[in-house]
Amino acid sequence: MDLRSIGEAFIAWLQGLGIPQGWVLLINWLLGTLIILGFALTLALVLIWLERKLAGRIQDRLGPNRVGPFGLLQPIADALKLLTKEDITPADADRITYNLAPIIAVFHILMMFAVIPFADRVVGANINVGVLYLMAFGALGTMAMLMAGWASRNKYALLGGFRVVAQLFSYEIPIAMVMMIPVLLVGSMNLNEIARGQGSLFGLGWFVWVMPAAFLLYLVAALAEGERAPFDLLEAESEIVAGYNIEYSAMKFAWFYLAFFLNTWILSAVAATLFLGGWQGPFVDRIPALGVVYFFGKTFFMFFLFAWIRATFPRLRIDQMMAFCWKVLVPMSLALLLGAAILVKLGQQLAWPFAVTGGLLFVMNVVVLLVTLSLLGRYTRTLHQQQNKRLFTPELPRL
Amino acid sequence: MVGQVLFILVAAITLLMALGAVVAKNLFHAALFLVGVFFGIAVLFILLDAEFLGVAQIVIYIGAIATLIVFAIMLSKNVMGKEAGAYNRNWYAAMAGAVFLFLLLAWLLLKAPFQMVSADVPADAITQIGQGLVGTYVVPFEVASVLLLVALVGAIMLARER
Repeated sequence: MDLRSIGEAFIAWLQGLGIPQGWVLLINWLLGTLIILGFALTLALVLIWLERKLAGRIQDRLGPNRVGPFGLLQPIADALKLLTKEDITPADADRITYNLAPIIAVFHILMMFAVIPFADRVVGANINVGVLYLMAFGALGTMAMLMAGWASRNKYALLGGFRVVAQLFSYEIPIAMVMMIPVLLVGSMNLNEIARGQGSLFGLGWFVWVMPAAFLLYLVAALAEGERAPFDLLEAESEIVAGYNIEYSAMKFAWFYLAFFLNTWILSAVAATLFLGGWQGPFVDRIPALGVVYFFGKTFFMFFLFAWIRATFPRLRIDQMMAFCWKVLVPMSLALLLGAAILVKLGQQLAWPFAVTGGLLFVMNVVVLLVTLSLLGRYTRTLHQQQNKRLFTPELPRL
Repeated sequence: MVGQVLFILVAAITLLMALGAVVAKNLFHAALFLVGVFFGIAVLFILLDAEFLGVAQIVIYIGAIATLIVFAIMLSKNVMGKEAGAYNRNWYAAMAGAVFLFLLLAWLLLKAPFQMVSADVPADAITQIGQGLVGTYVVPFEVASVLLLVALVGAIMLARER
């Protein structure tokens, strides 16, 4: 069964009631918006529970287990607690900016849900600049956090805001370059087309097999973009207390918390769509509704990876984080993008089948990855030697 | 009809934001108004069916402004205070320069022989922009990127620790 036929049947039913065309479209859009918003906000509750439970299990704890079966109702209890807490605004705060920041922080994430393809052509807005749209609203999130940091008039909040700008913009460059690679391979920025373009060779057409280095790079950069450990310097409690949201309490803080979890989910969904084939899977051409299952399976697998990394890795230092971005990730992403562009163009000119282009891309990726790793290895070895070099070498007395 | 009403509304909001960006006492507020202006321009592009330009507008400008704000905070005195001034002694000279630039641009716009064609935006507009950038207009595009690179290297040279 095609999921789109439900929408078409609904439109036909509305038209059958004698409602004029313009109103039918309006009702349809409003309903679509409400469905996506409701889905996103409900999803956040599930994600919070899931992440806490996963972190608990990974760290040999039980995780939430008091409210409801398996602690499932814990997020609801948390939300109620946050709702009943006192809402404090600092006396000196810049009131409008202070209150606008959490709104924009959630708004920009919710806007991103509009272009995610849940199944074939089941998209909120099937626009043909999808990938660029995701980057655009990502940039808006940085604005929101900087606004929060500045408007609180707290020096730790402002330092957190500076870190947001430094970290998110630095990591935006490699992540944008890597997101361009699937666009190059498919020849479209439409996310649904990108998912469709990975259907060849029974799953071997997924770009994670064709471009493994690009996928790894996306994973690392996404950890930084999602402010997750080991890149969670924006809210490093031991250095800047809590970061840009230090002065926020009660529900306004909850909004930043919500944005954080939804952002992780969006990054997982984008990874699933760009690299893991999106809604592609066995029998999806015969039963399109299966696409939803595959899409959510892949997205939650990515979410699980992010939660796993967050629960296990310690935090980086800020200079290490910036140097890693500018000296490792940016050159690597440039090399990958250049190689992919040359190979795709060659493949088009010489009319290679996809298997040949894909194979060459894979080889190129492995080479880039090995070169990067060997350079990194050499660097860490010299660093190690320098640290271990003694200023004074004791000599044994000659006998 | 609906399109025109929407256009007038968005254009009016954009102009108000632009006014706010110029007269705001606080540098941070001026920058936020500027974000509003760019957002309004992006909406105008989208109303004109130029999706790519609209989204590119948000990517480039709103991202860049956050960086600009950070520099403004770091370079100006008392920006954490209520009255972080956007004016200094060179206020009049800056105004004269701005008026001159405005007149120059207006004169150029009036002089330039724009071809007015009313047609729908082609469906593959992005493809055409992309092919134009690396095909027909590759030389101006590359010259612009060299210029940016030179500016980048120059900035690093100026800021380098000696």
